[in-house]
Amino acid sequence: MEKTYYNPEDLKKFSNISEFSPKLAEKFFSYYGEVFAEGELTAREKSLIALAVAHTVQCPYCIDAYTVDTLEKGCTEGQMMEAIHVAAAIRGGSSLVHGVQMMNKVKDIVM
Amino acid sequence: MQSLKKKKHFFADTLIQLEVLNQATQTDNQFPAFTQKLREAHLFPLKSRQLEVFQVNIGKMCNQVCRHCHVDAGPDRKEIMTRETMQYCLDALAQTTIRTVDLTGGAPEMNPDFRWFVTEIRKLGREVIVRCNLTIIVANKKYYDLPEFFKEHQIHVISSLPYFSAARTDAQRGNGVFEDSIKALKMLNAVGYGKPETGLTLDLVYNPSGAFLPGNQLALEAEFKKKLKTGFEVEFNQLFAITNLPISRFLDYLIESKNYEGYMEKLVTAFNPAAATNVMCRNTISISWDGYLYDCDFNQMLNLKVAKTAPQHIREFNESLLKERSIILNQHCYGCTAGAGSSCGGATA
Repeated sequence: MEKTYYNPEDLKKFSNISEFSPKLAEKFFSYYGEVFAEGELTAREKSLIALAVAHTVQCPYCIDAYTVDTLEKGCTEGQMMEAIHVAAAIRGGSSLVHGVQMMNKVKDIVM
Repeated sequence: MQSLKKKKHFFADTLIQLEVLNQATQTDNQFPAFTQKLREAHLFPLKSRQLEVFQVNIGKMCNQVCRHCHVDAGPDRKEIMTRETMQYCLDALAQTTIRTVDLTGGAPEMNPDFRWFVTEIRKLGREVIVRCNLTIIVANKKYYDLPEFFKEHQIHVISSLPYFSAARTDAQRGNGVFEDSIKALKMLNAVGYGKPETGLTLDLVYNPSGAFLPGNQLALEAEFKKKLKTGFEVEFNQLFAITNLPISRFLDYLIESKNYEGYMEKLVTAFNPAAATNVMCRNTISISWDGYLYDCDFNQMLNLKVAKTAPQHIREFNESLLKERSIILNQHCYGCTAGAGSSCGGATA
């Protein structure tokens, strides 16, 4: 076992997950490839969404991979940071909007 | 900034570059030989095809010193082609039906015989491409009329613009390069270059400003068109996405920034037999400032001349022997076969 939970080298080994369950891995990677293909959203837009989500799930592998991918797709540093702010705003907003639940509860039980 | 040659940097010796490219990395990672990859793809030996592009590097002198330059060009490089060697090129061209002459450098316009050479090539009825770095047009009063000269001779202009923002362009090509490039692009647009129905072609070359590969060429083109039009009212025809090859200054950057191993690994992993089939060296002959013959501009900068079965110098030009030659290959060739492929005309696969 590694001394740390995360090793950058492991990112390259992503496809090795097929070793323990080939069928499911094949289905996943085929789905994954199709998700990121040009569609009604461009591959570039999808990459920026992935970068934002990577920061929401705080996955170092995904952050590494989609920083490179967005750069390769011609995104600016500004666009990349704006995408992360979208993630941050939703994360912050999702906490704050639950404030309404708290307020509801307070109003229910406070005289 | 000075050239590697001027700095007496160890990479000014091309044998040292080749040694680095061929040896195992510090973490003992030995990349597979490029020739072996081609063999597995049934492409070895890689043979030349019909010659279609006559690429002439008319000098290493340049007004810019770009951090990724594979030529190691700059103001301190004095190697430029003489009119005598240009005449050998014209004599060779006249024996062939090669349609396209691709003039590169350095800044080819800085060669005092540049305009004469262009005029003589056009007299032979060949299409001329000039690899213009843009800033040369605004570098000195004597170059201000280049757009008019290009137009007069119906030159196909291909220019590097690594990005549509000043920060990333200047980081690669030097301070103020983006602003000057935009000025020059506007001057080219003003005479009709890049405008619809003028027949004056202005293509741009994108290459990544760092240790990553270029994305989809068409998607990048759409983004460049949008940004340059809305931000600067600049128009162009096509965008060519080119991969940086791990040689010369870019190799130095990769080593210094500790990106060499990761970058090579990316190139090797992205090897694409379809891109390899269409590499530009198969239809190109590249001539150096001193008249020697190479398979491409990159081999030229690594001092890897064409196979000995073919003539070595433009004085001895022989199209049929050149057409039968095997291409000289080495580890840097992975740069042209990664992903969608890379050539002076962009993606190949």
